[in-house]
Amino acid sequence: MWKSIRWRATLIAVLTTVSIAVVLPSLTDSLPETWKKKMPKIHLGLDLQGGVFLRLAVEIDKAIENTTLRYADDARAICREKGIPVLGWQRAGVDGFSLKLPPGDFAGRALAVLKDELGSLDLSQGETRPDGATLIGRLKPAEVQGIRTNAVSQGVETIRNRIDQFGVREPQIVAEGEDRIVVQLPGVKDQQRAIELVGKTALLEFKLVDEGASIEEALKGNIPEDDEILYQRSVDRQTGRTTKTPLVLKKRALLTGDTIKTAKVNFGSERGGAHVSLSFDARGTKIFDRVTAENVKRRLAIVLDGTVYSAPVIQERISGGEAQITGDFTAEQASDLAIVLRAGSLPAPVKVIQNVTVGPSLGQDSIQKGVRAALIGAILVVVFMGVYYRFAGLVADFALIFNILFLLAGMALLEATLTLPGIAGIILAIGMAVDSNVLIFERIREEIRSKKTVRASIDAGYDKAFWTVVDSHVTTLITAMILFQFGTGPIKGFAVTLSMGVAINLFTALVCTKVVFDYINARRPMQALSI
Amino acid sequence: MMEIIKNTNIDFMGIKKYAFAFSGALVLLGLVGVVQIYRGEANMGIDLAGGTSIQLKFQRPVEMDQVRRMLAGAGHAEANLQEVPGENILIIKVGARGKEEKMVSDQVVNLLRQKYPDNPLTVESVAEIGPAIGRKLRSDAVLALAVSALAIIVYLAWRFEFKFGVAATIATFHDVAILVGIFHLLGREIDLLFITALLTIAGYSLTDTVVVFDRIRENIRLRKRSTFSETINLSVNEVLSRTIVTSLTVFFTCLALLFFGGGVLKEFALALTIGVVVGTYSSVFVASPIVAIWRGEKMVEVKR
Repeated sequence: MWKSIRWRATLIAVLTTVSIAVVLPSLTDSLPETWKKKMPKIHLGLDLQGGVFLRLAVEIDKAIENTTLRYADDARAICREKGIPVLGWQRAGVDGFSLKLPPGDFAGRALAVLKDELGSLDLSQGETRPDGATLIGRLKPAEVQGIRTNAVSQGVETIRNRIDQFGVREPQIVAEGEDRIVVQLPGVKDQQRAIELVGKTALLEFKLVDEGASIEEALKGNIPEDDEILYQRSVDRQTGRTTKTPLVLKKRALLTGDTIKTAKVNFGSERGGAHVSLSFDARGTKIFDRVTAENVKRRLAIVLDGTVYSAPVIQERISGGEAQITGDFTAEQASDLAIVLRAGSLPAPVKVIQNVTVGPSLGQDSIQKGVRAALIGAILVVVFMGVYYRFAGLVADFALIFNILFLLAGMALLEATLTLPGIAGIILAIGMAVDSNVLIFERIREEIRSKKTVRASIDAGYDKAFWTVVDSHVTTLITAMILFQFGTGPIKGFAVTLSMGVAINLFTALVCTKVVFDYINARRPMQALSI
Repeated sequence: MMEIIKNTNIDFMGIKKYAFAFSGALVLLGLVGVVQIYRGEANMGIDLAGGTSIQLKFQRPVEMDQVRRMLAGAGHAEANLQEVPGENILIIKVGARGKEEKMVSDQVVNLLRQKYPDNPLTVESVAEIGPAIGRKLRSDAVLALAVSALAIIVYLAWRFEFKFGVAATIATFHDVAILVGIFHLLGREIDLLFITALLTIAGYSLTDTVVVFDRIRENIRLRKRSTFSETINLSVNEVLSRTIVTSLTVFFTCLALLFFGGGVLKEFALALTIGVVVGTYSSVFVASPIVAIWRGEKMVEVKR
C-alpha cells in the first residue's frame, strides 16, 4: 500500500513542480531571463491582446489573366519583329488570346516563330478565311497551375516581408486552402493602415504618356489600340479633397517595380510633404537609363496599382538609377509605401473578406473580467463543495486547484492560444471538473449507507464510479473535438481549454483525491468519513 | 451528511405524459426559431450572416438619432445601433448586401470622426465578414452539429446500445432546439458563440444522460425491480442528488460568467446558463422515458 501511495504522491509532486515552472512565465514578468526564455508561454489570442485579423481572398484569375495579357503583348511584338503583320487581337477566356493575321502563309509562319519563342503557350491555328487567319494562344495547364500555387505562396512571402519591415511582434501569415491567406497581427491598432499595407498589390509601372492622343476623344471611346486611360490622383492639402485627372498612357510598361533595389522616405519636395525615393538594381538602372535617354522632353507616368501618382517631363537622361514618387503623402503613407515597394508586389491582387480588429483596451478589459469571473466561479464551487461534502469536499477542492494548474501548464507546453471564449472554457471546466468527484462521493455515500466499512466504501465508490466518469467525460470530449475541428480562432480556444480541462480532470479526480484518502487510511484506518 | 434531497422516490415515469407535452411545446418553439433562422428572419450575428460590426468608444455621449440619420445618409439605413449606457460605447452593425464583398468599417469610422471632430473616438473592435466567409461559417456550424450528433450516437451505441444512443441524441437535440427557441423568442443574437454554446450544452446534457443510463444499465443487471419503468424510476432517483449537485456547480460558474464575465461573453453565458437547466431537465424527463417507451417493459440486459 505504502509503495503505491509513495509512487503516486511522487508523480503528483513532479507534475506540480514542472507545472509551476512552466506556468510562471505566463503569469508574471519578474523572473530570471533564462527561465523566461527557455520556458514556453501561453499565447494570448487577438481578442485578448488586441490586434488585427485579416482573411484575404487571392484573385488568382486576375493573375492568370495578367500573365495571358503579357504573353499576348509579347506575341504581337515578336510577330512585328519578324515582319508578320498583326491585324488585331482578342482575349479568349481567362487564359487565352487570339491574333488576327492576314491571309496567306502568315499564320503558319507566326505559329512556327511563336512556338520557338513562347514555350509556355499552347499555340494552334484557328479557322482560315479568305480575309484572314487566326492564331490562338493558350497558357499550358502546367503554367496555369504554377501561377495558382505561386500566387498564394509568393503572396504569403511578400506579405511576411512587408510585415517584418513594418515591425510586428509574432505575426502569423499562413496560406489557407487554395486561394486564401490569413494574416494575424497582434498588437496592431490601426486596421485601415494594416489593410493598406497587407492588401496593396503594389504593382509599380513606368509608362509613357501618349502626347499624340486626345483625351477628349479617348474618353469618348476612340482610344488608340495600344493606349489606355488612367487617372492621376491628387490631394488638396487644405481641403483634403481628391481630384482625378485622366491621362492617356501607352499600355506597355517600360519598367516595373521588380527592378527596385531600395525605396526610402524623403521629406521636403517642392509640393511639400513626404515622397519616396527609389533606386534601381543594375538591370533597372540600365533600362531606366535607356528609357530616359530615348524619351527626353516626353512625360513618363509613375503608375501604382493602376493609379497615376505623377507624370513628370523627362528633362534629361537619368543614368544614376534613381527616381522619386511624389503624391501628397503623409509621413505614414510614404513610409508604408516605401515598405511595400521594397518588399515587392503581390503576384495577384487580394481582397479582404474578413477583418476582425480588437483594440488593446477592450482586450485588457476582457482579460480582467474573464479572470474575475473565473475567480468568482471557482470560489463559489470551492465553497459549495466544502460545505456540502465537508472533508471530502476539501479533498475535491484540492484536486480542483491541481486541475487548473495542470490545465495552464498543458496550455503553455502546447503553446496553445488563450482566447476570451477560452477563458470561458476554463470557467466551465471548473464547474464540470467537480462532477467526477460528485459522482464518486455520492457513490461512497451509498456504500456507507449499506453499512460497509469506510475504507471499503471508498474503494467501492471509486471503483463503481470509474466507468460512469469515463463515459461522461468522453461525450464532452467528443463535442469539444468537433468544435476544435470546425471552429475558427477564438472558438478553437474554447474547445482547447474545455477539452484539456476535462481530460486532465480524469487524472486529478481519480488519482489526486484517491491518494489523499489512501494516505489517511494507511496511517490509521478511518472510522468515519466526513462526506 | 448534508443532503439536498434524501431517499427520493419520485415517479418520473408516471408524469412522462406531462413532461412530453411540456417538452413538445418548447421544441415546437425551437423549430419555429430554426425556420426563422433558415429564412434569415432571426437576429443573426454578423459572423454568420456577413456584414460589419463596429464598437466605438466616444469621450462624450453622442445622440443615437443623429448617428442613425448620418448613417442613413451614407446609405446604411438598415444599420443597427446599440449603446452601452454610461460608458459612451456605441455598437454599429451593418448587414452584408447580397454577394458584394465590400468592407464599410473605414467609411463609417471616418464619417463619424468628421461628424464629431471635438468628441474623439477610439475603435474598440471591428468585425467584418464577407458573405463568402459568412456562408462558410454557417455551413461549418450546421456540419458541426450534424457530425457531433452522429459521433454521439456511435459512441453510445458502442457503450450501451443503439436505442440508448438515439434516445440520448433526441434528448440532446431537444435541448438544442429549446435553446434556439428561447434565444429567438428573446430576440438575442444568433452567432458563432451561440453555436459554440449549443455544442457545449449538447456535451453537458449528454454527460448527464450518460450518468442516468449507466445506472439504468447497472440496475437492470441487478434486477432489483420487475418492470423497466420501475428500474428507470429507481435509477433516476438514485442519481438525482448527483444530478442536482453537479448542475448546481456548473450553474454557479455559468452565473459567474454571466454577471462578471464582461459584455463580450454575456450572451454566451446566458445561453450556457439556460442550457444547463434544460440539459438537466432533459436527461431526467426526456431521454430515459424515450428508452422505456421504445424498449418496452421487458428487462433485457444491456451489454456492458
